[in-house]
Amino acid sequence: MNALLAADLPYWAQTLLRILGGLVAVLLPAGTIVYLFLFKMMSFMQSRLGPMEAGPYGSMQLFAEVGKWLQKEDITPARADRIVFKIAPLVVLASTFLLVAVVPFGPDAWFTNFEAGVFYLLAVSSVSVLGILMAGWSSANKYSLLGGLRAAGQLIAYELPMVLAVIGVIIQAGTMNLQGIVVAQNGGEIFGWNGLGNPYILTQFTGFIIFMIAVQAELTQTPFDMPIAESELVSGYMTEYSGFRFLTFFIAEFATAGVFSLIASVLFLGGWGVPFAWFDWNSIDDVSDWMNIVGPLIMFTKMMALAFIIMWVRFSFPRFREDQLQRFAWKVLIPVSLVNIMITAILKVAF
Amino acid sequence: MVAADLLVAQNVAFGIISLMMIVGALRVVTVNNVVHAALWLVVVLSGAAAQYLLLSAEFVAITQILVYVGAVMVLFLFGTMLTRARIGAESDLNNKNWALGIPVALLMLGVMSYVIIDGFGDERLIENPGDMEPIPVQVISDDIFGPYLLPFWALSFVLLVAVIGAIVLARKD
Repeated sequence: MNALLAADLPYWAQTLLRILGGLVAVLLPAGTIVYLFLFKMMSFMQSRLGPMEAGPYGSMQLFAEVGKWLQKEDITPARADRIVFKIAPLVVLASTFLLVAVVPFGPDAWFTNFEAGVFYLLAVSSVSVLGILMAGWSSANKYSLLGGLRAAGQLIAYELPMVLAVIGVIIQAGTMNLQGIVVAQNGGEIFGWNGLGNPYILTQFTGFIIFMIAVQAELTQTPFDMPIAESELVSGYMTEYSGFRFLTFFIAEFATAGVFSLIASVLFLGGWGVPFAWFDWNSIDDVSDWMNIVGPLIMFTKMMALAFIIMWVRFSFPRFREDQLQRFAWKVLIPVSLVNIMITAILKVAF
Repeated sequence: MVAADLLVAQNVAFGIISLMMIVGALRVVTVNNVVHAALWLVVVLSGAAAQYLLLSAEFVAITQILVYVGAVMVLFLFGTMLTRARIGAESDLNNKNWALGIPVALLMLGVMSYVIIDGFGDERLIENPGDMEPIPVQVISDDIFGPYLLPFWALSFVLLVAVIGAIVLARKD
């Protein structure tokens, strides 16, 4: 498997495969989340059927939607800043693709194996803020600008609890490499019992909750959707976008939801791995090659579970007010995550 | 400049990224719109991050993105957009004393070149650039938080003072 994947291929072919893999890893979760959760689950929660016409049970609805958006006219407002307006959605989408680059899908199935993977994730996820600010400003529209500014304020505020929540995981794993974190979880043990490994959702439950709340806010999903509040800001920074460019924002939103679910599953649920004790593996070198096939499937299952939670919360809660949102980040999440770091560090030294 | 035994792809990438950075830096000071200038600055700063990556300095590169692109530039844009960010060209963006910047920039260039040449000279940090390995984060943290722990604490204390000062200044009552 290893030889097939890496050794025999020239550099350009590897790069091509990586790009294809990246496209699949970004677009497949996005499509699944949109159809399964946004179309169907939301409809069932609201006691209606949802899309039923396109294909059996509306399963072709995604293609219909994409076709619809591609047909629409690509409008740029007359007074908008044309170049910045057109680049902005691409910056947001690029941030998503950069995020998936360090997520490991199996013992050898990764795009890059960054030493400081977690740090990279946190740095790159903040690039999307730039795109949102660009979109908000260049639309030459008060509501868009307000939405962009709200988004920036919110994303800055919720990046801190996210970083602080992840620090607990880093302390426990002793590494910032995502592959290392997966190995540390599946090779770990809880009080000498290794039947489950040590998924950090058990030992870092506070961190997991804070991380998921921060992800919800980073994705600007309800109850944190102040920036795109359609009833007051008519969709904020997305107001002026139509056709293909709106589609780009739309894909970026749900692809980022998928990628953040992947990241959360790596950090807290054990990633691609199964507990190493089941198969008597001692280190990552012992892991069988078939994990490169099964690993991505395990990841996908965990991602769907987490994305389900994100969407479930999205459809269940009303929107926060702007001041409540900021107060929640600074007065609740950050202090709690600081205490979590302190306790984790003490326990790490003690055990 | 281009040594024959260096990796060709790295040299080509270095040239392209440097060109982008130079164009970006020139546009920062010549463009007549505040937001455009800030966005060109993003190009320059990300270019610097890419150069660090070429040198296998992952940690510095990521820090560059996190601090400059993710935080400083977002704050810049946030501030200008809240106060004065008109779309289209603005006329009175140039400072009257802009010519003073040229000698200062040249002086900085001279000082930094002197320091680097004086410090390293012809010395090669790594004999074969093809073997460059990224330095593990643990090593970096041991090197910083071992000998420089006290200065680090002092710095964080200064930052804390700055944060509290900002809060005091911003309070209305």
